[in-house]
Amino acid sequence: MIQLAAGGGESYEAPTIAEFWQPLVGDGAFALTRSMVVFAVVAIVISVVLLSITSKLKVVPGKAQFLVEGTYGLVRNGLARDIIGAEKFKPFLPLLFALFTVILVNNLMGVTPFITFPTFSRIGYAIVLTAIVYFTYHGVWIARLGVIGWLKSFVPPGLPGWIVPFMWVLEFMTYVITRPLTLALRLFGNMFAGHFMLLIFTFGGEYLLFHASGFLPVTGALAYVFTLVMYGFEVVVQFLQAYVFVLLTCVYIAGAVADEH
Amino acid sequence: MNSLVLIAAETEPEQATGWGTYLPLIPHPSEVVVSLVFFAIVFWVMWKYVVPRLEAVYAERTAEIEGGIEKAAQAQAEAAAALDEYQAQLAEARAEAGRIREEARVQGTQIVAELREQAQNEAARIIASAEAQIAAERQQAVVQLRSDVGALATDLASRIVGESLQDSARQSRVIDRFLDELEQSDTATTSRIS
Repeated sequence: MIQLAAGGGESYEAPTIAEFWQPLVGDGAFALTRSMVVFAVVAIVISVVLLSITSKLKVVPGKAQFLVEGTYGLVRNGLARDIIGAEKFKPFLPLLFALFTVILVNNLMGVTPFITFPTFSRIGYAIVLTAIVYFTYHGVWIARLGVIGWLKSFVPPGLPGWIVPFMWVLEFMTYVITRPLTLALRLFGNMFAGHFMLLIFTFGGEYLLFHASGFLPVTGALAYVFTLVMYGFEVVVQFLQAYVFVLLTCVYIAGAVADEH
Repeated sequence: MNSLVLIAAETEPEQATGWGTYLPLIPHPSEVVVSLVFFAIVFWVMWKYVVPRLEAVYAERTAEIEGGIEKAAQAQAEAAAALDEYQAQLAEARAEAGRIREEARVQGTQIVAELREQAQNEAARIIASAEAQIAAERQQAVVQLRSDVGALATDLASRIVGESLQDSARQSRVIDRFLDELEQSDTATTSRIS
């Protein structure tokens, strides 16, 4: 805990990881937390909005349909079709579009007034989505080659015999351990750190503005200006993380369905 | 994992209220359950409704665009065919016009020739009928003249000779002789004319 002696007498308390623990009902392993409510509401809103917009699709789209089709086209054509390949991408579209919308909207909750809580700053959500991706692409992979073929396919063909065991261990670690870890931690880390940064700026700004003496309140105002800038950055990061998550999912699936590795 | 929790708990002894003090890397069980359930709902909606509908409208639009291109190509082909036909008709019309002109020219010369022939025939016919009429009139005049001349001569002679010609026998002898003479001279004149 960082303590800063200031002229006002009150000591400054920096935000802690406890800020991310916001139980609404109960306080244990099965408590109902704020992020659960946000996640559930976001999921229901996404489902209802997309169902209502897609129930009256036209060949010449209106504004709402244009927006939905633009988002869908980004995932479908910009990511899935280009990375997985035009013949094999279609079965994965529901998963990819669900991942993109859920992550994007949940991330944007971090800068939405009155909510301001990015769900994925709680690692459980990132782990669940990563696990779904992980089992999907390894499932597809094993279904295509069988367990033996799957294990063999980690090593590219045509290597000298003595190097194969080393390569196999390295590749196995990449596909089975590193990829899920980085996928989950990247999303979680970005959301956690971004939100933490905003907390520090607002907490610090508030302290400097109201509890500090001398010229320090001026720097407090500056801190709030910076908070606004950071909000802008956060929006970019939030979109980017949703995009990167789906992009990497596509890359992993592409590796699983491709004929050669 | 327990040791991590313990470390976290030890560093924050004053906030040891459970989950708030744990490392943020430890997933919260009910959050995991909630995310599984609600992501499953979103996935089901996407899989069952949203993606099929969007794919359908994509396919429809693609078909419409391709159909439009096909239609345009068809229209273009039709236009080209129409142009060809039009040009062919134009050429045919031109040829026909030329043929008709040529025919008219030939016919014109023919008509002129026919008319000329007709006129010549007519002229010949008029000349012939005029000649016949002249001949007939002449004949008539000759006959008239003969009788007139006979009467005139007799009249004249009787005046000259007087009584002597009262005798009918003599009279007719004299007339006959006179007529014979007259005939001879007449024949000479006629032959000269014709």
